[in-house]
Amino acid sequence: MQYLVSVIDDKSGSGTPEEGAAIDAFNERLEAEGHWVFAGGLAGPESATVIDNRGEEAIFTDGPFVESKEYLGGFWIIEAADLDVALKLAAAGSKACNRRVEVRPFQ
Amino acid sequence: MSAASVQEAVSQAHRNEWARLVASLTRRFGDLDIAEEAAAEAFATAVVRWPADGIPPNPGAWLTTTAGRKAIDRIRRESKRDDKQREAQLLYDDDPPSPAEAVDDERLRLIFICCHPALALESRVALTLRMVAGLTVPEIARAFLASEAAMGRRITRAKAKIKAARIPYRVPSAEDLPARVSGVLYVLFLVFNEGYLATGHDTDPVRHDLIAEAIRLARLIHVLLPQDGEAAGLLALMLLTEARRAARISASGELVTLAEQDRGTWDATLIAEGHALVRERLAAGVAPGRYQILAAISAVHTSARDVRHTDWSQVVALYDQLVSLDPSPIIALNRAIAVAELDGPEVALAAVDRLEGKLAGYHAYHASRADLLRRLGRGQSSRAAYDKAIELAGNTAETAYLIRRRDELA
Repeated sequence: MQYLVSVIDDKSGSGTPEEGAAIDAFNERLEAEGHWVFAGGLAGPESATVIDNRGEEAIFTDGPFVESKEYLGGFWIIEAADLDVALKLAAAGSKACNRRVEVRPFQ
Repeated sequence: MSAASVQEAVSQAHRNEWARLVASLTRRFGDLDIAEEAAAEAFATAVVRWPADGIPPNPGAWLTTTAGRKAIDRIRRESKRDDKQREAQLLYDDDPPSPAEAVDDERLRLIFICCHPALALESRVALTLRMVAGLTVPEIARAFLASEAAMGRRITRAKAKIKAARIPYRVPSAEDLPARVSGVLYVLFLVFNEGYLATGHDTDPVRHDLIAEAIRLARLIHVLLPQDGEAAGLLALMLLTEARRAARISASGELVTLAEQDRGTWDATLIAEGHALVRERLAAGVAPGRYQILAAISAVHTSARDVRHTDWSQVVALYDQLVSLDPSPIIALNRAIAVAELDGPEVALAAVDRLEGKLAGYHAYHASRADLLRRLGRGQSSRAAYDKAIELAGNTAETAYLIRRRDELA
């Protein structure tokens, strides 16, 4: 079962070197224990573009799809047997990146 | 066979077998929905069949067989659906089923899945009352003053999250057990409190059904986890509180304070059982948690022949212990009320007034101030505090008591 662990952020480019090192260590643990699928940090929401191509031509809109104080700062996709395992890993991830995280199962 | 005796047999089977039935069906079919529906159908069948066929010699076995057939019928009906999809929706359970495993463990699994921390607290309460206690959705809705539709949705959403997020059907590991047990106990504590001091201007002041369910589930947890001190403590607390039930509400529907209760009407059997549990925990020599301390406080009160014989220094000492575990302002308020008996209302009032910032919206804060001000002869301030308490109180018996007290002020 795969889970998306979203990192909730409110300031772009605010990661510290200590947080970076802790995230690296956490990623290594995910790989070593077989939970790693994919992960990445995202540039700030000001760099986003929304595309709507449901009509006749694609419309591009500058900025994120929802304006809010908090946004997706990065994510992990992890492999975990069940929610209890995912929650433990997410708790360790929250500690490592020093941010709140959200866990959601893939369908 | 009389209709009444069959009805009694069905209710008794419901009390004794519901949780076991839902738990074993969940284990067998890997789906809370199927388990709940099949268990309910089995009882509905019993209501129809038992009057005609007689009460089966082993009602539990009869219900298990009947419910198992109902579940298989439903799965067959749905088998047109993609099997793979159905399989993906089955509950995750990584332990191989073992026939030697105690049936009781299955009920524990059920309790733990219903009280999982990833579910909202109110969903945990609702799901536990439905799946473990066997209350119907309308009964749960009434208990929490919600509409049936809203309560039904809450339970459905919780079951859907369990499936989609794959909340496991198992007893937590030893490492996680204390935190998870404490989550379960908190759910039972909430159910009990809602029964003991029911909210709502149009409801009965005491909801006996909720109290009875909370005690039944606390007994079950205590039996299943006999080593857990807090489970024993919570059961003792409930028993010692329930023991005073008859004395707590007057004939006119007014709350009667501990000091004014007729102690002769307290239930001696429940008190003896509660005291035995408290003594057992004391003898265990392990530092007590909050429920054990609350139970010990209740034990001090229920040991006193009348209010003047209450060992208030013991009560305050126990509250001191509680404050060091839980610095919440509500505990501090209760401690101050005990301090009034030991050091007088003036000292207590000073302690209560310090809590204003945190408790200004809590009726018991104003009710305690009103009482202390009354004892200090400050009638006008007392009246204002009673007014505020009456405005905030949500329990009919308590409101009636507060109004009488206010109107008795000179």
